[in-house]
Amino acid sequence: MSGAPISAFDRAEAAAAIDGPAFSTRRFRAEREGDWIEFERLLTTIEKGSAASLSSDELLQLPVLYRATLSSLSIARATSLDRAMLDYLEGLAKRGYFVIYGVRTSRMRRLGKFFAHDWPAAVRSLWKETIIIALVIILGAASSWALVASDPQWFFQFVPEGMSSGRDPNATAEYLRSTLFDPPGDEPLHRFATFLFTHNSQVSILSFALGFAFGLPTMMLEFYQGLSLGAMLAVFAGKGLGLEFGGWLFIHGTTELFAAALSGAAGLRIGTAVVFPGARDRMTAASMAGRTAGTAMVGVIIMLIFAGLLEGFGRQLINDTGVRYAIGGAMLTIWCGYFYLPRRRRA
Amino acid sequence: MIGAPPGQTLAAPADRRDKRRAFITPEGIDLELRIASAGARLAALVVDLMILYASLLAFYLLMVWLALDGGKDGAEIFWLLGSFLMRNFYFIGFEMRQRAATPGKRLLQMRVVARDGGRLTADAVVARNLIRELELFLPLTMLGFATAEDMVTGWIAIAGFGWTAILSFFLLFNRDRMRIADLIAGTWVVEAPRTKLSLDLTVGGQDGGLVFTDAELGVYGVFELQELERVLRGSDEVVMRNVADTIRLKIGRPVAEDDSVFLHAYYRQLKLRLERGLLFGKRRANKFAAD
Repeated sequence: MSGAPISAFDRAEAAAAIDGPAFSTRRFRAEREGDWIEFERLLTTIEKGSAASLSSDELLQLPVLYRATLSSLSIARATSLDRAMLDYLEGLAKRGYFVIYGVRTSRMRRLGKFFAHDWPAAVRSLWKETIIIALVIILGAASSWALVASDPQWFFQFVPEGMSSGRDPNATAEYLRSTLFDPPGDEPLHRFATFLFTHNSQVSILSFALGFAFGLPTMMLEFYQGLSLGAMLAVFAGKGLGLEFGGWLFIHGTTELFAAALSGAAGLRIGTAVVFPGARDRMTAASMAGRTAGTAMVGVIIMLIFAGLLEGFGRQLINDTGVRYAIGGAMLTIWCGYFYLPRRRRA
Repeated sequence: MIGAPPGQTLAAPADRRDKRRAFITPEGIDLELRIASAGARLAALVVDLMILYASLLAFYLLMVWLALDGGKDGAEIFWLLGSFLMRNFYFIGFEMRQRAATPGKRLLQMRVVARDGGRLTADAVVARNLIRELELFLPLTMLGFATAEDMVTGWIAIAGFGWTAILSFFLLFNRDRMRIADLIAGTWVVEAPRTKLSLDLTVGGQDGGLVFTDAELGVYGVFELQELERVLRGSDEVVMRNVADTIRLKIGRPVAEDDSVFLHAYYRQLKLRLERGLLFGKRRANKFAAD
């Protein structure tokens, strides 16, 4: 090969062998790893939830360091074969992305927005489903009432013995009256309220979750709730205590049954979105319905706290049927006003 | 474009086993999210349930111990309310935080991500966790009924358990490892590795005067280089000896120097050679590819 002209390429390669190449991944890393380590430190602080402890300089640095990291990542992918460094940069870029593009509002702002806008808006958008579920509950109540009124033996089909605790067609009017107005003997009220709240919430969450199966199990669960309601109503009405039982039920029932209907409606919304996705694809439709329903469900749990308090304390302490109706009616008015009153659109 | 998702995901790859999903940030970089495996999900769930019930039990015992006379009632209320709140809000509370992961998921290095690449909203977290009721607690309840009740209702309960179990194992039947709840909430669970920045193997240390010729370096590609990197970072003497002997045999060099010195020198020079190739647009995937 001696005598052949030496190309420019060969010369460059020879120079590289002596001094190291003009670009080297070693130099690339040495120049930039300070930024990566600083970015990682800021991310760790934010992920621990102490973003407030960062100085304003550090906050201003954050997006700069994020972009520097992304730039490092794309250069490293193209030029470096250091697996450990690539893995590190990928992990860092992912963490950075979720911090930079993550939650943009403070917790209090989000909470405020939930009560001022999100919750009522979610409930409003479920109005069709709410009516359907309400009709299902009423249908359940009406059919069991009609059956028990015609033949009291039906009662035992609808209400399990443990739940009725003697409040069946064979009971005397005095006994039935005592269950409406006497406080339960040995059981403390706060424990009773807690039990009611947790039990009812769990049922509501279940009826929401069951909505996925095309909404059918949800409707069955709601119908079943209506069945036991109607059967009890028929027993009390048969002994001339219909009005009093109504008051006993109304004080917390307006809140509790409303919440039950909303949880069923939320489930039904998901079920219908899966079956009839409309113009969107099924997955998108289901996830959009899921988000609306999720918001409504947080509201349902809040409503059930109120219902549990009214049932556990209010009903046991207030023995006047008129006042019971008044409180139940007021709650219903408040809920309906809060959810359905038209309000100014948010800017 | 207010409200539009900042990142965007593309269609799943053709290979069913490929767990990577393209995820383009607004800056135009593909973050290549990896779907977390079903096994890791299960492990995280077990960890979470253990934490959940252990803390509940600890608090219950504390309440019983604190309640001196007739205060057992307080402990019972706490149990009712506590187990309800924990069962429903343990997962929601943690996933709404910055890292979008429960302690179990953090341990297994995963996080919840909105499928459309947007930010993970509170309603999505609520939806994906309330449906857990259907997937996890309902089958357990059914099983509880089956053992408690007589035969007829027992069989019904088993049928119910079977039905709910199908829902529970939904995640095994789709390639994105989505629970039904993930499907409805529009989320998926991806790996969120937290790796430390490790040493640059090409910095420091001497090559001990070793210089490999182009032919000696030309026998390996990127795959072998990165395997060698793994060996060097592991620094297990036996493995290093085996690898060093294999390389020596392959390039026909005598055993003249320490294994570690030999391997480090070979790694540095091979990396330099292959990276120079990258700059010229040549990426030699492995030793079988043409140089």
